[in-house]
Amino acid sequence: MIPPIAKFLARHLLKGPYTMRGAPDPDADGLLELAEALGQRARGRLGRSLAIREVDAGSCNGCELEIHAVNNPVYDLERFGIKFTASPRHADVLLVTGPVTWNMAEALMRTYEATPAPKWVVAMGDCARDGGCFAGSYAVAGGVSAIIPVDLHIKGCPPPPRDILAGLLALLETVSAR
Amino acid sequence: MMGNVTLLEFLSGGREVPGHKPWPRYQLDARGWRALVEQMTVSNWEVLAEWGEPAEVHVLLRGEDSGAIAVVSHPCPDGKFFALGRVRPSAIRLERAIRDLWGLVPEGLEDQRPWLDHGRWGVRHPLGKPRQYDGEPYTYRFLTAEGDGLHQIPVGPVHAGVIEPGHFRFHCQGETVVRLEERLGYVHKGIAGLVAGRPVADAARIVARVSGDSTVAYSLAFARAVEAALGIEPPPRAVWLRALMAEFERIANHVFDIGAICNDAAFAIMLGHMGALREKLLRGNDLCFGHRLLMDRVVPGGVAADLSEAGREALGHMLYGVRKGFEQAVALYDSTPSLLDRTTGTGVVGGALVHRFGAGGFVGRASSRGHDARRLPGYPPYDELDFEVPVMAEGDVHARIMVRVAEVRASFKLIDQILAQLPDGPVLAPLMLRGAGEGVAAVESFRGEVIVWVRVSEAGKVVRLHAHDPSWFQWPLLEAAIDGNIVADFPLCNKSFNCSYSGHDQ
Repeated sequence: MIPPIAKFLARHLLKGPYTMRGAPDPDADGLLELAEALGQRARGRLGRSLAIREVDAGSCNGCELEIHAVNNPVYDLERFGIKFTASPRHADVLLVTGPVTWNMAEALMRTYEATPAPKWVVAMGDCARDGGCFAGSYAVAGGVSAIIPVDLHIKGCPPPPRDILAGLLALLETVSAR
Repeated sequence: MMGNVTLLEFLSGGREVPGHKPWPRYQLDARGWRALVEQMTVSNWEVLAEWGEPAEVHVLLRGEDSGAIAVVSHPCPDGKFFALGRVRPSAIRLERAIRDLWGLVPEGLEDQRPWLDHGRWGVRHPLGKPRQYDGEPYTYRFLTAEGDGLHQIPVGPVHAGVIEPGHFRFHCQGETVVRLEERLGYVHKGIAGLVAGRPVADAARIVARVSGDSTVAYSLAFARAVEAALGIEPPPRAVWLRALMAEFERIANHVFDIGAICNDAAFAIMLGHMGALREKLLRGNDLCFGHRLLMDRVVPGGVAADLSEAGREALGHMLYGVRKGFEQAVALYDSTPSLLDRTTGTGVVGGALVHRFGAGGFVGRASSRGHDARRLPGYPPYDELDFEVPVMAEGDVHARIMVRVAEVRASFKLIDQILAQLPDGPVLAPLMLRGAGEGVAAVESFRGEVIVWVRVSEAGKVVRLHAHDPSWFQWPLLEAAIDGNIVADFPLCNKSFNCSYSGHDQ
C-alpha cells in the first residue's frame, strides 16, 4: 500500500507550485520614505537577507492574519531571503502592528532595545501609523512612532499580502543597496 | 426563593426597564441582586456576559431549561456589588475587569487583583469616575506552586511566533506543567470608551475591529443589537448574505487553524496545504465582497456589498476546489499515526469544567457542551437552514480538531443552501431613528458566542456599548487543559483553543 503521505506529496508535486509568479514591484512610496528615513544613517550590508521579528503592540489580530498569509505557499516570503525569527536578538527588522497600547508600550520598547543594530522598524497597518480608529483612547499611546523610531509604513486595514510583500521588498532593496 | 423557579419568574420581582429588545432587562435592588446570586448556587442559569456602567452592573443570563434570556441590572450608587464570581467562576475575571474599568467593587470576590489595568493608563477606573494615579506602586502577585524541584518559566507578552501578546507563567517540575497562570490585558484598547458618543456608523467600524479574525461575527452582533434597539428589519437578501459571509469566515479560520495546530505538532505540510486553501477563500471574499477578511461588509441595516451573479458562480467553482483539498487534508490527518499520537489525549478539558464555565464554540463542543447561538437563541436565516452542531466528549486536542472538521463540513453545506436559496432584493435598509433604545444580540462566531449590548440615543449615537468575546470563558480552561502536560505541548494546546487576545482585552 502507498502511504497516504506519499500520495499527498505526489499530488502536490504533480500539481506544480502554488506560488505566485514573480514578485510585486517594491513599493514606490515605501522606497521614498525609506530614502528619507535612512538617508543619513548607515546602511547595513545584509546580503539580501532580512530576519524579521513581529511584534503585536495592540492590533485586532487582522494584521497577524495577513502576515501569516505572506508566509503561505502562494506568497512564500522566504523565497526573497526574508524570514520571521523567534527572538528580537536575531532580528534585523521589527514588524510592528496595531496601535501601541499603553500596556504594551514597555514590551515594545524592550523588544526594540533587544534588537541589535543596524535595525529597522516597519509599522504595518493603519493603526500602526497613528493609532487608526483607536486613536484618542485612554489605553492607546498612538502609532508605533510614539514609542520607537519608524523607518517604513505599510498602509491598509489590514494591508493585503501583496502590499506587505511590496513594502518588505522596498526595505530589502534599500538596505542591501551598495 | 429556592427550588424550581425559572429565570423569568425569578426576575418578575424586579423592575422591567422599557425599550430593551429583543430580550427584557430587569433592574434589581441590592436585596434582589443578592437573592439572584444566592439563587444561582442552585439554578443552572448561565452567565453569558457581565459588564458595568459608572454606577450600575449588568449581567446577561440564560435559563438553561427554558432558553429564556434576560439582562439583569443592579444599580450600585455606593460603588459596590455582591460578586457573582463567588458562585460562578466564569465571572471572576469579568468582575475584576469591571472593577478596573468602572471602579465598582465586587464584594466577596476572593481574587481582588486587577486584571486589565496594568497601572499604565495614567488614570484608574477610566470608564467610571476616573481618578489620577496617586503614585502607589503597582504590583501583581502570581499564584504560587510549592514543592521539590519546581521552577518557573515566564513567557511573553512578546511571543516567539506571529501571535498576539499575553503573558503565561508556568510552574513546572521537570518537563511537566504543574500550574499555568495567564496574565492578559496587554492589548486593551479601551473600545467601550472609544465608541461612546459616536454615530452608529463610526462605532460599527471600531466594533468590526474588536477581534479581526471574527470581524463578520462582531459586525453582525453589533448590527443586530442596533437593529433591535431601533426596531429596524434588514432586507431578506442582506440577512442571507450575512450568513454567507459568517460561514466563509468560520471556514477560513477553522481551515487555517487546523493546519496551524498540526504545524505545532511539527507536521508542517498541513500548514502549507491549509494556507493555500485559506488563500483561495480570502481571494473569493475579496472578489465577491471587496475585502479579504470581510471587514465592514456587515453594517447596521444590512450589508455594504451585494453578491453579483458572476460572484456567485465564482464562489461555486472556488468551493469545489477548497472542499476537495480540505477532504484530502482530513484524510491525511486521519491516517498519520505520528500526528494523532501528539493530538490524542493531549490538553484534556473535562465536560464538567466546560459546563461550569459555560464555554462555547469548539472548546465547549469538544467536551460535550453542544451549545450554538445559531440554534439557541437562534437568528435568521438559520431557522430556515438545515445544519448539524457536532459534539464530542473526549475534550482533547484531537476532539477539538475533529469538531472543527465537522463544523467546516457543516458550513460548506450551509453555503450550498444559502447560495441556492438567496432571495433577490435590496441589501441595505435606511437607519430610521425612532427614539432611543437598547438592544442586545448573540451571534455564533467561529470561536463561540459573541455578544453585543448597545444603548442608542435619539440622535442615533451610541451611548454605551459592551462587546463580549467567547474567549473570556475559554482562557481559564486553557489553564486546566495544560495541567499535567509537558511544556512542549503548550503551543499545541494553545493553538487548539486559539482564544482571542484582542477580543478578550479589547
